[in-house]
Amino acid sequence: MSTTFTLNEKAVTLNGDPDMPLLWAIREMAGLTGTKFGCGMGLCGACTVHLDGQPVRSCMTPLVSVAGRKVTTIEGLRTPRAKAIQAAWVELQVPQCGYCQSGQIMSAAALLESSPVPSDAQIDSAMSGNICRCATYSRIRAAIHRAAQSAKAGA
Amino acid sequence: MSAPMGRSSRRHFLKSTGSASIAALIIGFEWSGSARRAIARSVSVNADTAAPFAPNAFLRIGADDSVTVIAKHLEMGQGSYTGIATIVAEELDADWTKVQVESAPADVKRYINSFLKIQGTGGSSAMANSWIQLREAGAQARAMLLNAAAARWQVPVAELSVDNGVIYDAAKKRRASFGSLVKMAAKGPVPNTVKLKDPKNYKLIGRRVARVDIPAKSNGTAQFTLDVDLPGMLVALLKRPPLFGATVKSYDATKAASVPGVVKVVQVPRGVAVIAKGFWAAKKGRDALTVEWDESRAEKRGSMELMDEYRKFAEQPAQSARKEGDAVAAIHRATRSLSASFEMPYLAHAPMEPLDAVVKLTPSSCEIWAGDQFQSLDQANAARTAGLDPQQVSIHTLYAGGSFGRRANSGSDYIVEAVSIAKAYGSDGTPIKLQWTREDDIRGGLYRPMYFHKLEAGLDGDGSITSWRHAIVGQSILTGTPFDGLVKDGIDATSVEGAANLPYAIPNIDVQLATTKVDIPVLWWRVVGSSHTAFAVESFIDEVAYAAGKDAFEFRRELIKDHPRMKRVLELAAQKAGWTRESLPKGRGRGIAVAEAFNTVVAQVAEVTVDASGGFKVDRVVCAVDCGTPINPDIITANIEGGIGFGLGAALYGAITLKEGRVEQSNFNDYRVLRINEMPKIEVHIVPSTEAPTGIGEPGVAPVGPAVANALFAATGKRSYGFPLVRGNG
Repeated sequence: MSTTFTLNEKAVTLNGDPDMPLLWAIREMAGLTGTKFGCGMGLCGACTVHLDGQPVRSCMTPLVSVAGRKVTTIEGLRTPRAKAIQAAWVELQVPQCGYCQSGQIMSAAALLESSPVPSDAQIDSAMSGNICRCATYSRIRAAIHRAAQSAKAGA
Repeated sequence: MSAPMGRSSRRHFLKSTGSASIAALIIGFEWSGSARRAIARSVSVNADTAAPFAPNAFLRIGADDSVTVIAKHLEMGQGSYTGIATIVAEELDADWTKVQVESAPADVKRYINSFLKIQGTGGSSAMANSWIQLREAGAQARAMLLNAAAARWQVPVAELSVDNGVIYDAAKKRRASFGSLVKMAAKGPVPNTVKLKDPKNYKLIGRRVARVDIPAKSNGTAQFTLDVDLPGMLVALLKRPPLFGATVKSYDATKAASVPGVVKVVQVPRGVAVIAKGFWAAKKGRDALTVEWDESRAEKRGSMELMDEYRKFAEQPAQSARKEGDAVAAIHRATRSLSASFEMPYLAHAPMEPLDAVVKLTPSSCEIWAGDQFQSLDQANAARTAGLDPQQVSIHTLYAGGSFGRRANSGSDYIVEAVSIAKAYGSDGTPIKLQWTREDDIRGGLYRPMYFHKLEAGLDGDGSITSWRHAIVGQSILTGTPFDGLVKDGIDATSVEGAANLPYAIPNIDVQLATTKVDIPVLWWRVVGSSHTAFAVESFIDEVAYAAGKDAFEFRRELIKDHPRMKRVLELAAQKAGWTRESLPKGRGRGIAVAEAFNTVVAQVAEVTVDASGGFKVDRVVCAVDCGTPINPDIITANIEGGIGFGLGAALYGAITLKEGRVEQSNFNDYRVLRINEMPKIEVHIVPSTEAPTGIGEPGVAPVGPAVANALFAATGKRSYGFPLVRGNG
């Protein structure tokens, strides 16, 4: 069956199995491969995308449930705060293997939109669903603080 | 710039025959024991094309000034691509902004890892085994470009200088970029010898050069195997047996085959594969598949039963890994003796990218895309599986989403599975991606082995340690693999490293190993032997220090006096952590540990806070490290930070357990790993050095577990005798 939604500001209609997770529709049907598969159970956050601006785990989000809604992936990040997050990721040299980082960036970008200058506790709360086996956590935390400052300065 | 040739002068590069029709010359190396000789092999390139200048197997320079460094090592997060490019670019005096990295093809002659004796990445050896080789490769290209400029301008080379990808003739105020010289340089002879830089002239080595892979890893464009999409590609999921050693008795594919998108169901040696037009169809197909297994020859013991057996083995005489003096007699004579045992579980590597490989198989060729870590062995195993010659198997090595040892397995499990599926599908050139799920990964075996350690020590009347006995029980990682040359007299070096080389000056030492036979597949896991030996050794020496009434740091420092490098690192960690003999305030504790792994020394001081309910938080870890020349201090720091987080996650939560042969964990809910809210503050202090670089990807893992356990003891007065420190899913 077909599902129509907005993907990175463009209307798309994808024909997929009704219970197909959004993750596989984005990757295999829309061809956007920045969003990763890590656990399939919403436990690791590698598949995080924004659904109407909120971070969700696309591996647990049925494709049919996003009909008429707005989905943003790492390829579609455009806001100044999201760009500040990505710039801080490069500046502080956050990624190691890099596989989880799209998900980390999506969670961090959503955090900055809701809490422009997050505390460490807010970072813990927003980011603890995103696993990084390389344990780049110290730099993720520092980069979120850095991005918050640069986005504030740029605003 | 005029450093003596030293080691490099003893190398014999064959001169190019200088044929004008040969635009590219590739130099490879063959290794025979420790003696190295170079062989030259000419590769014809159509002279009409703008062929880049490729003076050796490790770099190309294009007419557009681009410098492409060919990486023989996998980039799995450890920063190898940047390190490799840095040491080539340093000697080349390249413009770093023009440097790019591509992965080497499978070609053991040119791309052998001189430490592992195969083409592969592991043992924290990427920098150490590339150090001289790649500096020479860069210096060789630089010399040829200089010769070309000198010939063009008709001036002696000595009058020219090189900086940032440009050659200058200061006297005549002339300049030429590398790119403008490549045609001429390619025609020149390859120099016999090259001079390597004096460390004081380094411009890139020792600097915080930005990693080459980070922009793509911050915008979703980095290509992993998961992201490979070839025309007509199908996705396969494999149903594997629930017990290690079980085989397919029969299967019913009726329901699976009726799932929309499922193309074919095939039996292969490791199980039954569902091949479909995408992951989700393959997953639904596999869920619908019924397989009856023959479990008659499967391993049916559970991990608790096995540990009971291991405890008994520890009481029996075993193979000697080190014997000095008479430890047994010395313990009998001791004024005081202590003993303790430590239990270490099986561990999964759980890299973020579940194992995956894409295979395009025809009757005469096999093309593989993977985050490939052991190109030589994977090529040979793929060839054997496909019924081809190794030369017919090509490998595209992509970024790996972590490995921690998992992708470096000599049986090439996931590669062989993918090839066997493509073969069963019909070897018709259809690209097939084998995708593991997280459950496949957690239950898929090749674990860090389970170990039992028993230690005893004797103290004399002054509180000096006179005797040390250490019995280790566990499976061998190397036996039966191409690396079993490292199993000598019944001792697998990876079972006893960190224990047999105990650095402490104790007159009577006895280290023994009992190797068990269990049909649970095992493999090295980040930092290998020291992932368990460091916990046993550094916890027990701490216990002995307290029993002797000595400060834990000072006790170690005194005993480590024969190892000045370890002593220096230990002292630096203690100093930077503000170590004193005073305890931290109530509810807090501080612990120390030191370890040497892959020729790198790491010492850590951990600080913990315990709460009233028995929970605790690791607040801070201060780390000192000596890894020889620090090629990139920021990448070293990142590897230590990551190693501490990885090791701490395992120390707190990591355990694969089996019940009646079945793995009890399945995903990150019951195989917990460290999350951001549990990450301590980390400080890394790097010992300045001009020695050759040593390993950095793994050593940071080793001391964190014991440092934290020792800190917990300082805070609570209770010792920890095994991992995980947090039991259950707490």
